[in-house]
Amino acid sequence: MSDPTPSEPQQAPTRSQARSRAKAARTRRTGHVVYGTLGVVGELLITAGVLLFAFLAWQLWWTDVEGNRAQAQVVRELERDPVPSPTASASGPVVAPPRHDDPPVLAEPPHATTFATIQVPRWDGEPERPISQGVDRATVLDVLGVGHYPGTAMPGGVGNFAVAGHRTTYAKPFNRIQELQVGDPLVVRTADTWYVYRVTSTEIVAPSNVSVIAPVPGDPTATPTERLITLTTCHPMFSARQRFIVHGTLDYWAPVADGTPAELLGGAS
Amino acid sequence: MYGWLWRHLPGPAAVRVVTLVVAAFVVLAVCFLWVFPAVAPFMPFNETTVGE
Repeated sequence: MSDPTPSEPQQAPTRSQARSRAKAARTRRTGHVVYGTLGVVGELLITAGVLLFAFLAWQLWWTDVEGNRAQAQVVRELERDPVPSPTASASGPVVAPPRHDDPPVLAEPPHATTFATIQVPRWDGEPERPISQGVDRATVLDVLGVGHYPGTAMPGGVGNFAVAGHRTTYAKPFNRIQELQVGDPLVVRTADTWYVYRVTSTEIVAPSNVSVIAPVPGDPTATPTERLITLTTCHPMFSARQRFIVHGTLDYWAPVADGTPAELLGGAS
Repeated sequence: MYGWLWRHLPGPAAVRVVTLVVAAFVVLAVCFLWVFPAVAPFMPFNETTVGE
């Protein structure tokens, strides 16, 4: 940078030398500011990346932790008839005898009221999930688990008892829906009644295909004669591009006071 | 930014490390309990319901 004249190498700086030295200092300062700013920007970007990972962990893991805890609590606090325990003379739990006459059907409860639970023996290890009225995310699906489509039939009713649940995140009640096979029992329990449905078909549809929850699935104008159940959830996993649909039909019902359905006692299907 | 923070924290290195770990935990806890639940509905992948 500096240009000392060969004839006087050790002399005090000339004016031009001082100028170039000041310029070098200025350059160094400017460089310091530029690199300092870049450093801060870099640190901010790294921080943003770490926070994004934290958000992923929250969405994919923590919502399950919180959801499972909250839903187990909701099931525990439900007011409902107790299942009879085996008497001294009888061995093993009391099996509820199936009934095929007209089952009792609840009226639709107010929004976000939990009125039933669902258990699926095929999903071994999954807890009993609460079913609540409504399918919006903030008040039902994210916090209460499974939601009942308002206006569709209630459990045991003629028509289509249609429910929705998360496939992933928020305790993912329908995470294992793809494991279901035709004939698998879906056991719904209200305060005093068991409703045992059996899977009849599964399908994958576009989200706009709302006729899957019609009283007669696929035919919104038809009058229902059967007692159906429909589970809806997202498909593929971690996406909302399509919907995974499971249809079932009522096999039998039984009062809770009569015992427990055989399907829940290990002798699945 | 973090260099500045490090230089301005009191105490020996071990104490500063503990302070920073606690601060990071607090920031994460605030995110998990309030920030993330608040921003999640605005995430594009959380658009799952269809209007009928």
